[in-house]
Amino acid sequence: MTAHEKESKIGVYICHCGTNISSVIDVHALAEFAKGLPHVVLAREYKYMCSDPGQDLIKKDIAEHELDRVVVAACSPLLHEATFRKAAEMAGLNPFLVQMANIREQVAWVTDDSSGALQKAEAHVAAAVHRVNEHKPLERRSVAITPRVMIVGGGIAGIEAALTLAEADKEVILVEREPSIGGHMSMFDKTFPTLDCAACILTPKMTAVKDEPKIKLMTYSEVESVDGAVGKYKVRVRRKARYVNEDLCVGCMQCIDACVFRKPKFPNEYDQGLALRKPIYVPFPQAVPPVPVIDPKTCLQLTKGKCKQSCVEACGDRNAIELEQEDTVEQFEVGAIIVATGFKTFDPSVMPYYGYGVLPNVYTSLEIERLVNAAGPTGGKLTLHDGSVPKRVGIVHCVGSRDKNYHAYCSKVCCMYSLKLAHLVKEKTDAEIFNFYIDMRTSGKGFEEFYNRVQNEGVHFIRGKVGEIDSAPSNNGEPSNLMTVKVDDTLLGEIRNIEVDMVILAVALEPQPDVDQVRRMFGMSCSADGFFLEKHPKLAPVNTANDGVFLAGVCQGVKDIPDTVAQASAAAAKAMALIDRGYIELEPNTAEIDEEACSGCKICNNLCPYDAIEYDEEKEVSRVIPELCKGCGTCVAACPAQAITGVHFTNAQIFAEIEGALFDAAPAGV
Amino acid sequence: MSENQKGKLAVYWAASCGGCDINTLGIDTKILDVAAAFDIIMWPCATDGKVRDIEKLSDGEIDLCLFNGGIRTSEQEYMARLLRQKSKVLVAFGSCAIEGCIPGLANMNNRQEIFDTVYKEGSATYPENPDDLRPQHETEMPEGTLYLPVFYDTLKTLAQTVEVDYYLPGCPPEPENIWKALTAVLEGTLPPPGSVIGPNTTVCDECPRTRTEKKIKKFYRTWQIKPDPDVCLLEQGILCNGIATRAGCGALCPQVNSPCIGCHGPNDGVQDYGARMISALASVIDSEDPDEINRIISEGIPDPVGSFYRFSLAGSLLRRKKLHTSHKD
Repeated sequence: MTAHEKESKIGVYICHCGTNISSVIDVHALAEFAKGLPHVVLAREYKYMCSDPGQDLIKKDIAEHELDRVVVAACSPLLHEATFRKAAEMAGLNPFLVQMANIREQVAWVTDDSSGALQKAEAHVAAAVHRVNEHKPLERRSVAITPRVMIVGGGIAGIEAALTLAEADKEVILVEREPSIGGHMSMFDKTFPTLDCAACILTPKMTAVKDEPKIKLMTYSEVESVDGAVGKYKVRVRRKARYVNEDLCVGCMQCIDACVFRKPKFPNEYDQGLALRKPIYVPFPQAVPPVPVIDPKTCLQLTKGKCKQSCVEACGDRNAIELEQEDTVEQFEVGAIIVATGFKTFDPSVMPYYGYGVLPNVYTSLEIERLVNAAGPTGGKLTLHDGSVPKRVGIVHCVGSRDKNYHAYCSKVCCMYSLKLAHLVKEKTDAEIFNFYIDMRTSGKGFEEFYNRVQNEGVHFIRGKVGEIDSAPSNNGEPSNLMTVKVDDTLLGEIRNIEVDMVILAVALEPQPDVDQVRRMFGMSCSADGFFLEKHPKLAPVNTANDGVFLAGVCQGVKDIPDTVAQASAAAAKAMALIDRGYIELEPNTAEIDEEACSGCKICNNLCPYDAIEYDEEKEVSRVIPELCKGCGTCVAACPAQAITGVHFTNAQIFAEIEGALFDAAPAGV
Repeated sequence: MSENQKGKLAVYWAASCGGCDINTLGIDTKILDVAAAFDIIMWPCATDGKVRDIEKLSDGEIDLCLFNGGIRTSEQEYMARLLRQKSKVLVAFGSCAIEGCIPGLANMNNRQEIFDTVYKEGSATYPENPDDLRPQHETEMPEGTLYLPVFYDTLKTLAQTVEVDYYLPGCPPEPENIWKALTAVLEGTLPPPGSVIGPNTTVCDECPRTRTEKKIKKFYRTWQIKPDPDVCLLEQGILCNGIATRAGCGALCPQVNSPCIGCHGPNDGVQDYGARMISALASVIDSEDPDEINRIISEGIPDPVGSFYRFSLAGSLLRRKKLHTSHKD
């Protein structure tokens, strides 16, 4: 039963893929086999079908032999389906009358058994020929795209992407969950390997974000839900109550001075709890926006309902303090989304043998970043817990990284930031510094040179994994800051106990704790390491499986600042390429509902992951909204009445494909 | 057929229960209109008629043959082929002829097992069958050789045996639908050959119960729950096949608090009715936890074949349980 009146004319093209395919499969025999299949008028083999001459072969045959259907047996359709569809289209054939048989990934690459491979390739080709015979010409439709981009996460990745888009005159909504943008980069003192002051290069960008009219900045806000699809996402954003009106506040900070808490009393999250803040505070002096936030968990008025509200008094006529404020939810329509949600650092307290949280002078690298920072809790003065200056400092690499108990991956930046901290600590304290490393990984522009520089500064490098950090035996009853770092020095081949008075744990970078929830919300996947999965590791590193959602920064995988900025620019460019043309072409392989056959049983309505099914209460039938439908087939499979058809995946096409694949199977005996 | 020349009608039964014949008589006095329009040349249930008379007819001489029942024996197969040859229009009449129906459920067994059930363990040979006698194809008697039809391992549908022109669904088809089909024949308003005579939508379309989006946490068997009379039975966890079953019955069963069991078969284009039901239900089970899903299914649906393939097993993609031993038929 064919879907068309006149006898079809199918051309079959077998690709050698250099020798990728032809070294395993006898391509000549395969072409001969294809010639014997129904409706096949010609079959050719060629070294590279995807090359221009290869494509010309198809175009020429369509013209000369009046082919009305084409099968290309080559690589995965993921790679070249678009190529061959386009070639057919250029020759005047509807692109959906092309079918690929994947004889590379699914046959040639998975075996060296030539005769078995030929047989399987024959089944693939026969399946494709049978299927394409049932194909119908389809038309792509285009819909308008909303020329606005939402960026989720206001670290350096989000900032860079936002500024790039704004520079191109595109509207941006930048959503950051903390009270200020800046992210981790704003916490650092210097950046490797150039030792640029992080604040000096970041704060101008932060201010630019605030001043850029094209960017709507929403701090202390979180994305609550994402509906719709590429071109028209509907995103709901919850703006948490800040209790200070951002429009009215001028950033004079008099409210903070006036707070009834005379002295800061509560740990400042931004400073890793190493400094204290008041209930009304700005996380750090250069915060953007420079608007205080009131912590509802510690503010007297908000917890006990009783306070003389000296902050309100200090604000005076500006009336910016709004203790009655509540969360608000706003909905935005955007064409594309860039996810730049960053990372968190590994919590080493789960490794009791390193003493973090028990031994007072064991710090994480991020804590040291704050302590050496001129704008940090100590004004950049690095001291031990008792105020004395450290004399011997151990830096333990790979804490939580390259460790199958925690993260198997290398966090990539730790070697370099450990060198940077070694340099900074030495500069500030002249302490003797020991780096305990497994391997030094300093590949990057100027990285090896920086490593040499730090070595020349007299920093010690001990190759070996640290087994344990313990307080050293007390010195004749005298209290001591000394600790013993027990390390298997693999170069000396012996266990060493190095005495230090400060330990810095170079902790891993890991995915945010809510990565799974965020992944679901934006229709993405995660790779095995827990970071968001890009569409293709090499060829689509900032795209995701969800067409209008792009990735930037460490949320996609560990990387340093230059790589993050580069990726953010790429994501911005990708988003721009998408929204700038004003419309998107919809693939026609959506679901279709036959309203006659639909009984309105409401099986399908809850299932659509894209909310593309609406219910017509009057007619009592369901309907597919083609702009939203991605053709995933969930409803097609679920419809008990066969009222829903997957266009380009009809029963006739699928059964024809199965029949072709089983061309050499004996008929079932019943 | 011209106005003053009556057409010829044959009604035949094969592996069926007789319900189709009874419902054909259920058209009441309209049977007289049928008799006025047709010479009823064969209807084993209601009139006399000899096979040898049919054999003598020329090909296509019968204008309409209503064939109920599936094909289980060699005799039934012979009659199907004969009536096909002699009939202009052959209608697979009722669920047995279309998809095998209840007799088709025996495709979960082979001939040996069916005979064991009937002649050894079953009540058909009560009180007992000490010599383990079985029907034989040939039996030598002093008077000569006696023959019984061969009993096949597999029940086939009519369309798996001969070409069928139309399908009239139902177990049995409702008298009003039978009358509609006969009227269509008499008035020449039949749909294109190969069609199922009936609406192409499902029972829900005719069911007055209110429906919402479905999420099922637990399946109940009918005796385990007293259903709300106004709410969709499936939403209450009762395994109602109405979602997948062709309409035309007027939702008879759900209207009296009884779930649809699927006798009208599927909509057009469905390759496998049971698979459709399974796929639909799998989509609305309200759990993400594989263990819980397993529990919901195993506790609530103890007999998937009986629940989802009650009428359609023989006509489904599966057709039957795999045969391990082959018999010479």
